[in-house]
Amino acid sequence: MPQLSLTVNGKSHAVEVEGRTLLVELLREKLGLTGTHIGCDTSQCGACVVHVDGRSIKSCTMLALQAEGASVTTIEGLAKPDGTLHPMQEMFREHHALQCGFCTPGMVMSAIDLVQMHPDGLTEHEIREGLEGNLCRCTGYHNIVKAIAAAWPLMHGKQVPAAAE
Amino acid sequence: MYEFTYHKPTSIADAVKLLGADADAKALAGGQTFIPVLKQRLNKPSAVIDLAGLGLSGIRAEGNRVVIGAMTTHHAIATSPDIAKAIPGLTTMAGWIGDTQVRHRGTMGGSLANNDPTACYPAAVLALNATIRTDKRSIAADDYFQGMFTTALEPGELITEIEFPLPVEKSAYAKFRNPASRYAMVGVFVAKSSAGVRVAITGAAQNGVFRHKEMEEALGKSWSPDAVAKIKTSPEALNSDIHGSAEYRAHLITVMAKRAVAAAG
Repeated sequence: MPQLSLTVNGKSHAVEVEGRTLLVELLREKLGLTGTHIGCDTSQCGACVVHVDGRSIKSCTMLALQAEGASVTTIEGLAKPDGTLHPMQEMFREHHALQCGFCTPGMVMSAIDLVQMHPDGLTEHEIREGLEGNLCRCTGYHNIVKAIAAAWPLMHGKQVPAAAE
Repeated sequence: MYEFTYHKPTSIADAVKLLGADADAKALAGGQTFIPVLKQRLNKPSAVIDLAGLGLSGIRAEGNRVVIGAMTTHHAIATSPDIAKAIPGLTTMAGWIGDTQVRHRGTMGGSLANNDPTACYPAAVLALNATIRTDKRSIAADDYFQGMFTTALEPGELITEIEFPLPVEKSAYAKFRNPASRYAMVGVFVAKSSAGVRVAITGAAQNGVFRHKEMEEALGKSWSPDAVAKIKTSPEALNSDIHGSAEYRAHLITVMAKRAVAAAG
């Protein structure tokens, strides 16, 4: 089987994979990172979104071997080692931006990329458009949009985080 | 997915050799269509040749042309200031494909090689009178698209770059998106240059993208939404499916053409 070298959440891995192994299968089954979900398996739902070299992508629609040499970040790689959540995770919690939670890892990964791609501001309309690749079957979009809007200033260092209740 | 051997060549010559050596080998560009096809076992390649190592990504000016590498992603095209300045219609079009994550992986060359009858790039390439450069030759857009999922490419022939003539005086794309797949139910790309007006329609016809000569003539005389408002398209060769009848698509062509001309200003 072909050899694959890549970095996942800052840790180097050298693994054997089949040509047909998907990136999401590598993450979940070989590396045990089950935070990345498989929802639709047809590139529609976005539950499998991870970052590859800083860009959000659907890991169910990429071969593991296409990530040779790449740096991959999954939901498990966001919080600091001491458990401090990423501002986007913190705002999802603060604004109750989840119901069942299945879509949440993909939503958070897409949302972080969205905020990073908009350093000069992010409107509610842009957030809703920017989430077109992620589906929430609980239809909890309002709070997801609120959480992302709240995370934008934190991620761009525009204001001090509000104290949690 | 069926098993296959994965290759990632580092030169165009090696990629062409690998594809030529095996009739069941397939080229992989961004994979946003091809990988779902493989997952559904609709295709059974013996080998998959990843084109990501060939250096075919990038946008550059070349005299009075803009040249886009075949492996350039939709995202790179949609966010390129140079493209936005030279061909704003292409910026809009690329930014409406799929979603952000798909645009980060999907490529222009992959879309053109596939020639899905509801894909957007064929409309842009045909309306902008682009030239498709391959490892062997240059193909004019008018000769390239040959029907549903059919192109002038020979087996094993690789698109390397797409060349757009400049200046483009006006360009715009109007797309009625299928709300589930985000492919075009009908997409209309209008372009005006010193060579004349070209109007290309995607999503509507059974044979894929086509030029709307009657609209081109009308817009050549008077560039305004009103010029196309009364032009009717025969539903005869148009798609009819669960998303819309041929008559509905025929109607949409006029509506989207008006919107495209209005957007181009």
